Formats: sequence, C-alpha cells, structure tokens
Amino acid sequence: MNTIRYIIQKEFKQIFRNKGMLPLIFVLPLIQLIILSNAATFEIKNIQVGYVDFDHSSTSDGLMDKFTASTYFQVKNQFPSQQLANSAMLNGDIDVIITIPTHFERDLLTEQKASLGLQINAIDGAAAGVTNFYIQQVVSTYNNAIRAELIQGNVPSEMRPKNILTIPSFWYNETLNYKTFMVPGILVLIVTMITLFLSGMNIVREKEIGTLEQINVTPIKKHQFIIGKLFPFLVIGLLLLTIGLVISKVIFSIPINGSILLMYGYTMIYILVILGIGLFISNFTDTQQQAMFISWFFVVIFILMSGLFTPIESMPKWAQVLTDFNPIKYFVEVMRMVMLKGSSFQDILPQIIKTSIYAILMNGLAVWSYKKTT
Amino acid sequence: MPIAQIMLFGFAITNEINNVNVAVLDLSKDVSTNSIVNKISASSYFTVTQLLESQNEVESIFKKGKVKAVIVFEKDFDQQMRNTGIAKIQLLTDATDPNTANTINNYITSITQNYAKEINQDIQLPFQIVPESRMVFNPEIKSVFMFVPGVMTIILMLVSAMMTSISITKEKEMGTMEILLVSPLKPYQVIIGKVIPYVFLSIINALVIILLSIFIFKMPVQGSFFLLGLESVLFIITSLSLGILISTISETQQTAMMISLMGLMLPVILLSGFIFPINSMPLPLQVISNIIPAKWFIIIIKGVMLKGVGLLYLWKETLILLGMTVFFILLSIRKYKIRLE
Repeated sequence: MNTIRYIIQKEFKQIFRNKGMLPLIFVLPLIQLIILSNAATFEIKNIQVGYVDFDHSSTSDGLMDKFTASTYFQVKNQFPSQQLANSAMLNGDIDVIITIPTHFERDLLTEQKASLGLQINAIDGAAAGVTNFYIQQVVSTYNNAIRAELIQGNVPSEMRPKNILTIPSFWYNETLNYKTFMVPGILVLIVTMITLFLSGMNIVREKEIGTLEQINVTPIKKHQFIIGKLFPFLVIGLLLLTIGLVISKVIFSIPINGSILLMYGYTMIYILVILGIGLFISNFTDTQQQAMFISWFFVVIFILMSGLFTPIESMPKWAQVLTDFNPIKYFVEVMRMVMLKGSSFQDILPQIIKTSIYAILMNGLAVWSYKKTT
Repeated sequence: MPIAQIMLFGFAITNEINNVNVAVLDLSKDVSTNSIVNKISASSYFTVTQLLESQNEVESIFKKGKVKAVIVFEKDFDQQMRNTGIAKIQLLTDATDPNTANTINNYITSITQNYAKEINQDIQLPFQIVPESRMVFNPEIKSVFMFVPGVMTIILMLVSAMMTSISITKEKEMGTMEILLVSPLKPYQVIIGKVIPYVFLSIINALVIILLSIFIFKMPVQGSFFLLGLESVLFIITSLSLGILISTISETQQTAMMISLMGLMLPVILLSGFIFPINSMPLPLQVISNIIPAKWFIIIIKGVMLKGVGLLYLWKETLILLGMTVFFILLSIRKYKIRLE
C-alpha cells in the first residue's frame, strides 16, 4: 500500500512541476467547453438568400417581403441576371437563389398557377433539405394569404382543403436548446481527451527519458506500478468533470435532473477504461510521437463515431456494430440520460455493465502488457 | 491510419437521419391514421418499432432511450378531418438531441402534408404558387460530399501540425538542440530543413486521400485537378508552419502535443464548418471561425471539387491561407531562441 502511495506522490509532483502543462490541462479545455458549446448546432438559421426578380410585380415583392421577415432567411440582394446570381452562389455568398419568372403575377391571376424557381446549394444535404422545407413553408403561407385575399375569404366549403396539423412537443428540452445537448457531450470529450493523452504518453515518456529502467530494477510490482500511474489521472479526470459540471450549471444553466452520485460513479468506471487504453498504448510504443499518433487516431474515431455530433442510428449497420466498442458513446449516452432525463441506475445498467467489462479488460491488458524487462 | 479513418468516416458519418425508431400511439385507428402510419414506416427515415396503447407508456420508453419520437393521433382523426377540415397529430420527440428532434419534426410534417395533398387532389385550388426546387452541386444529396472534404482537412491539418510540433521540442528534450545551436545554421535554415521532409510526407498523404475520395466515394473533381493539388500543398504548408510555431514555443514534447491536440482538435472539428454550419453560429463564433485555417481550406476543396470553380472565385481564401502561413513562419523565426535558458 505504501509503495503505491509513493508512486502516486511522484506522479503528482511530476504533473505539477511542468508549469506549461497545467493551463493546458485545466484552463484550455474549460475555455473550449464554454466557447465551443455554442458552435455545435445543426439548427439552420441565417440562410443566405439571393433572388432574381423578372416580374417586378406587387406579388413578387410581397413574396420576397415574407422571406425578409422570416428569421430563418437573410435576403442578401437582388441580382439583375441569373448569371450574376449563379456566380454569387459559386462564390459562396448565397446558398439559395429564388428566381421569380416573368409574368409571375399574370400567370397566377389568369392561369391560376405560377411556378417559382429555387436553387439550393446541396453540398450539405441535410441542411438543404431543411432549407427546402422552410422555403416551402414560407411560400405556402404567402400563397394562402393572397388566395384568401383574392377570393375575399369566401372559400366554398367543398373547396376547402383538408388539413393535418402536426403539433410538436419537445420533451426534456422544450426550447430545443442545443447547448443542453452539446455541453454534456463536449464535457465528455474533454475528460476523455485529457485523460487519454496524459496516460498514453506517460509510461512511454519514462521509457524515452530512461527512468523506466530505474523503476524496473526496484521491487515495485506490476500492479502497484499501474495503479500508482492510474490514480493521479483519475483524480484529474474527476476534477475536470466537477469544474465542467459547475460551468454547465452556472453558465449554461443546464439542469442536472439525475443523481450526481450516479454520474460520478459511472465516470470513475469510464475513466478507468480510458486510462487502461492509454496505458496499453503507452506500453506498446517506444516514443511519445508514436503514442500520440495512436491516441489521436483512436480519439478522432471515438469522437466522430460517438453519436455526439451525428446520430448513430443513421450510420450503416456495420458502423453501428463498431460503435458498440466505443467507450465515448456510452459516456455520452449516460451523461445525457442522467443529466437531462434523470434516468436512474436501472435505466443505465446496460451501459454500466458494458463499461465495467471494458474497464476490467483494458486494465488487465495494461497490466499484462507492461513488461518489467526491456 | 489516416486512410483507415477516411474510409470509416466517409461511409459512416452522416447528419441525415435514417431508420430512426419511432412509436405510434393511435387513439383513432381509422383509414387515415393507418395510411399515414404506413407512409411513415415506408419512408427510409423512420422505423415504427412500437404501437403504444396509452399515453402513460411514453415516459418510460423515452427514459430507456428506445425510441426518439412518439406520434400520437387524436381520437376520431379521420372524422375530424372530414368534418372540420383539420385533424391533429401530436408529435412527441425526445429533444435531448435537439438536432434529431427538429429533423424528425420536419420530416413527419412533410409526410403528413404530402398525405393531405393526396386526399386534396380532387380539389382544384385557385391561385397556386408552385415552387420548383433544384438541388445544385449535390443533386443526389449524398452526405459524403459534405464530410469527405471535412475529414480530409482534419486529417491533413492535425497530422501535419502534430508531426512538426514535436520535431523541435524533441531536440530540446533530448539535448541535441545545443548541437544545432552551436552550428553555423541560421534559424530559418533549421526551420526550413525541419519542414521539408514533412511536406513530402503530407503531400503523399493528401494524394492518397484525394484518390480515395475520387475512386471510393465517387467525389467529382469539377474544377482543375492541378489547382486542387496546389491548394492542398498550400494548406499542408500552413499546417506545418503552425506546427513549427507550436514547437518553438513549447518546452517539452508533452506540452507540444497537448497544444496541438487539445488546442487544435476541437476547434478544428467544431468551428471549421466541417459538421456544423458556420452561418448558424452566434456572431462572435462566426468571427472566431475566421482564424481557423481549416475553414478556408474546406471552402476551397468544396469549391474546386463540387462547384468546379477556379482561382477567380477562390483567390480570397487562397490569399488568407497564404497570409496565415507567412505569419506563422515569421512568428516562429522570431520566437526561435538561439540561446538555451
């Protein structure tokens, strides 16, 4: 027991001695949490619209006024010709071109039907779909308004269209506040990245500097060494989680609906998984450069396949199976469930079991792969 | 390894929704609700996994995370629609993921509106405006088009910046820096000498990624291949010089790595427009995003590959990257200390 205490002491001294690292561990990530949580939104706003009006009628003006009034659109400018509009689109200045054809108003009044040209930049397909939906919405509202005006509200009942009204109700997050969603997720990333990078580079650093051999000739046992290495990072991880939770509560006023104890309990198991992975990488590499590359490789995969930014359900089946091996996925799920939905121990039991198995496996591997002989 | 990543992400990442599990609570069970439910399950967006009997079940299935949305049809749905002209659907979504919740809402609304349009077919509405949408640059709406440029940028940026950031600090840590310092080499010579090998490595990297995106992901290169190559080299040099800058200001390899990983990874992923549209961000963040080199490179790649534009449209972005590179290099030459502490 004493041996472990000394190793822990040594690790803490090393961490706090490196003055350049401290702000990187504690300040930078938290600033990122505060700033970047605002960035992660798929909500489509400020759609840049340009239009070409060949008609110059009161109807076409009225339509464009509707777009200007809508909060989703920013009507940038009117282009005198289709070419100029296209070139602005190529330039990236606008994402939507609305073309109002000549005789738009006349067609509408005499032929009962007028068409409207829309060009949507679809490089971001999902955003284009939503944009299209919003545009249709604006057009149909405007259409209904002028129709009512033209026939002065006396729509004969057999001509009244049947409507289906969809009333959405957003549970757990009525205002669709994206920060509520992103803050727990980004907090997860920060805890993961810091603990993984620190532990991944730790043993290999001793290897590179040559101090590992000195430790190897001491009577320290394998498991004592690994536990001594793990513990400081566990503390750092939990500390980061605590500061992060305070920030999300105070700055972002995100509710913590579930039990805090449950969250900490789960986080401990989770950090053990990450540290196990880190130490495992550390054991298998010879230079810090290699260790870093491998950790980077896994972190990018873990982040992008965690369901944090893009939904897992939309991935192909084989990719969904792969995500089962992604610890970040479970942590993100648990944080969101416990913090936002107030899920209980029973609700997150599957995640707890999987993470625990993972933790045992990874740390077992770490102990096993750490060889005292070089 | 970057190859493995681009393969994995290119196939797996999409911000579209597919096969989202939804439950249905049908209080009316008539012709209309039946056909709407059929339409919903027939669409590739949704899978109807459960039919609920009462409102009480909603809470528990949400807590378990089994479904993302519950569609509730009001009592006498069909009758309401025929008599009053309006029938109501309540759409309960699990908005812990607001992105998905919002998209689900949009899609369900589209489906029900289409259904309404179908039953209204025999009614000829007067004065109709018919919008005809055309999706340009990506008519099949493949999400690969959106993600491959982003993944490519992230890989190039992080790998290049990381590789160089350690190179000088390693010399410092190992003590070989002194040898370099007592040599007659000028600071710029050391820095250029350090960068050149990584330039070649990264160019090979970029080439492989571009070939993969063309042959495996069927990304078109509408514009000039030559320009794409040149811009990639420029971006590689930008990232490398950023790496050099990190390298000159940090003392140990660990610090250098933490800066290049922690400092770069999240901002590059989040603020470059790779996943999240920059236009939707709050204004201060839109301003901050301008200092992320990756943002400009993503605009350039999308421009050359998908829009097929040339330098005429991309000179601004190119100039910005060029400026950043010069800035990073000058700063690192200035920060490069010729004396040991």
